[in-house]
Amino acid sequence: MNSILDIKGVSKFYTSHTALDQVDLSISPNKIFGLLGPNGAGKTSLIRIINQITGPDEGALFFNGEPLQIHHQKNIGYLPEERGLYKKMKVGEQALYLAQLKGMSKSEAMASLKEWFEKFEISGWWNKRIDELSKGMQQKVQFIVTVMHRPQLLILDEPFSGFDPINAKLIRDEILKLREEGTTVILSTHNMESVEEICDDIALIYQSKKILEGSIRDVKEARSGNEFSVTYQGDHMAFAKALWIDAELKETKTIINNKHCSTIKLADNKTPNDLLNAIIPHVNVLGLEKVTPSMNDIFIDRVNEINQGNHE
Amino acid sequence: MNKTWLIIQREYLVRVKKKSFLLITFLGPLLIAAGLSLVIYLSVKENIQHKVLIIDEKAPAFNNLQDTKNIEFNYGTGMNIGQARGLLFNSDYTCVLYIPRNIENSNVSKLYYKKQPSSSVIRVIEDKVENVVEELKLKQYNISREAFYDVKTNFVLNSIKFTKNGEEEKLDKAASYVGFFFGAMIYIFIFLYGIQVMRGVIEEKSNRIVEIIITSVKPFQLMMGKIIGVALVSLTQFLLWIILTSGILTAVQSTIFKDYYDPAAIAVQTQVTPDIAAEIQKENVNQNKFDLLDPNNIINRTNWPLMIGLFIFYFLGGFLLYSALFAAVGSAVDNETDTQQFMLPVTLPLTLAYVLSSSIVDNPEGPIAFWLSIIPFTSPIAMLVRVAIGIGDGGIPVWELVLSMALLVVGFLVTVWIAAKIYKTGILMHGKKVSYAELWKWIVYN
Repeated sequence: MNSILDIKGVSKFYTSHTALDQVDLSISPNKIFGLLGPNGAGKTSLIRIINQITGPDEGALFFNGEPLQIHHQKNIGYLPEERGLYKKMKVGEQALYLAQLKGMSKSEAMASLKEWFEKFEISGWWNKRIDELSKGMQQKVQFIVTVMHRPQLLILDEPFSGFDPINAKLIRDEILKLREEGTTVILSTHNMESVEEICDDIALIYQSKKILEGSIRDVKEARSGNEFSVTYQGDHMAFAKALWIDAELKETKTIINNKHCSTIKLADNKTPNDLLNAIIPHVNVLGLEKVTPSMNDIFIDRVNEINQGNHE
Repeated sequence: MNKTWLIIQREYLVRVKKKSFLLITFLGPLLIAAGLSLVIYLSVKENIQHKVLIIDEKAPAFNNLQDTKNIEFNYGTGMNIGQARGLLFNSDYTCVLYIPRNIENSNVSKLYYKKQPSSSVIRVIEDKVENVVEELKLKQYNISREAFYDVKTNFVLNSIKFTKNGEEEKLDKAASYVGFFFGAMIYIFIFLYGIQVMRGVIEEKSNRIVEIIITSVKPFQLMMGKIIGVALVSLTQFLLWIILTSGILTAVQSTIFKDYYDPAAIAVQTQVTPDIAAEIQKENVNQNKFDLLDPNNIINRTNWPLMIGLFIFYFLGGFLLYSALFAAVGSAVDNETDTQQFMLPVTLPLTLAYVLSSSIVDNPEGPIAFWLSIIPFTSPIAMLVRVAIGIGDGGIPVWELVLSMALLVVGFLVTVWIAAKIYKTGILMHGKKVSYAELWKWIVYN
């Protein structure tokens, strides 16, 4: 598979701790890649290495197959988690300055900025100072500054934090549109909901190690056990008695009166058919569905596994 | 390089376009010139008309003192000093000049006044009385005025430096004051603008834009761009100050104080022939060596192209060195109040050089002067004070200047290198009070 960014055996050591420990990652082009992990896991360290703000102590990175070099910076757009702009500078002047630093010519930058300012309906702000804008307005400018040079790879660190719901949706739509247009996006977050909504692939970083990687579908498939949720009408005690030794009743929720929903974990050699055969004589089955874990569950499960592994 | 240039441009333009910059740049020279003019004006000009009542116990020896533009002499015939003093408050007389009977022996007379007359008025009266006293004595000893002028000696001791080549040159201590002035300018500008570099770094760090910028340029480029941009701002301000101040002073000198230098005007004022007036003018000049208005003083003896050239070199060297340190301090803190703990070691050598520069003026070739002008942290101030006395024979040895300049270049390269290491780590570090031990780690492990 030809990936836009390959990270091979990257480690980063600080004087008192290891921020990244032999991390391998492969980012496929034209996808939204979720970089997940709790605070302090090493996400920001990894992002800074990709942005060449710092260098790895071990390992190597490849951008489109070439060893990552300074000139690749112009192909990368970065929205840091903690973000800001020069408060006293005018919006247009500032955007133009940052675009030129990214290597665009003045005319290119003007053309691109004009387009983005129109798209976000903020053309009238060109001559306003940043500190005259509201927080939400500043965020829009910040996003434009990140994408104005049409980077092949866009790195967004907690992009939705600080945005109000309307602007967050605007940004989400824009991210999806950029993917349509061929941009690859790395989205670093600990907000699992946004990951399920828009990411194609994910990697989970925990205690400076990568502990999970793959497409969301594959990961969910792999992590979903032989678990089903059954909705039925009837006595839930009778339902429980009907289950045999290879089926474990995990929980039961009452919907109304005698309507219930139970989650059952089957032994590996049993199928939903076996389950239905067992319970149909006792209750009136209304529905049966395979349980797929949420990213949040997968995250927590995987972390727990690691912690148990550490303790053994 | 191209990107560093972009940063320099931004740093320069943002500051030069600020209202406060324009205000200080254009008001500064006006204030300096106004202040200087006022001081000179008050000391030179007397706008009060003086009416002097002369009580002459040697009458009528003093009855023909000539009036000047603002002094009118009145002869109090038959009046004693007691009556005259009584009259002082009940008349428009401003002073009473009392000539005692024994004036040729005592050489003292008294001037009673209601309001303190300026020194120039006192000098004029003094000269006139002195002339008459001389006349009295000449008559007494039966000496002609020509013979007297022949005998009267104005002795001068020229201290002369003797060099190996046998050439002689006057050690011009007065020139050191020009150097002192330049040294003080360097001190003020390094402080003023070094702090601006520090503020700029703190601003970028605290509003987090630094993280965006260093994905486009290297931290070193950002730091150097800022330092060079601010250095250019300060040079702009300095040059504008020099041009504006000298422009204003020239204008003031050629209009308001014209009379002070014009022998013809002096002749009218003091009632002497233009020849003698020219002498007086020369004497005025000699007496007022440090008078800014004086056309023959050190201002004209100074080698301005050399001084300004060296000023620019030492200012840039010193500024690069110190502002790199200021940038490092700015990068290590989250806000300006946290800078205190790191500021002292940075500002100490600079302040020390400034404070000690007055002792360098006194002894420009002593050991303090030598060492301070060699060490890069103090040389920008100390060396400028020294070079003002000249270079080579009669001045400081050429090798000292070359060594000092070379060490300054080495000094700022090393300082920038160290500062860049602190800066690189510091700008990404938030919410943590940094200790000296940590700074040391940043330098060593980067």
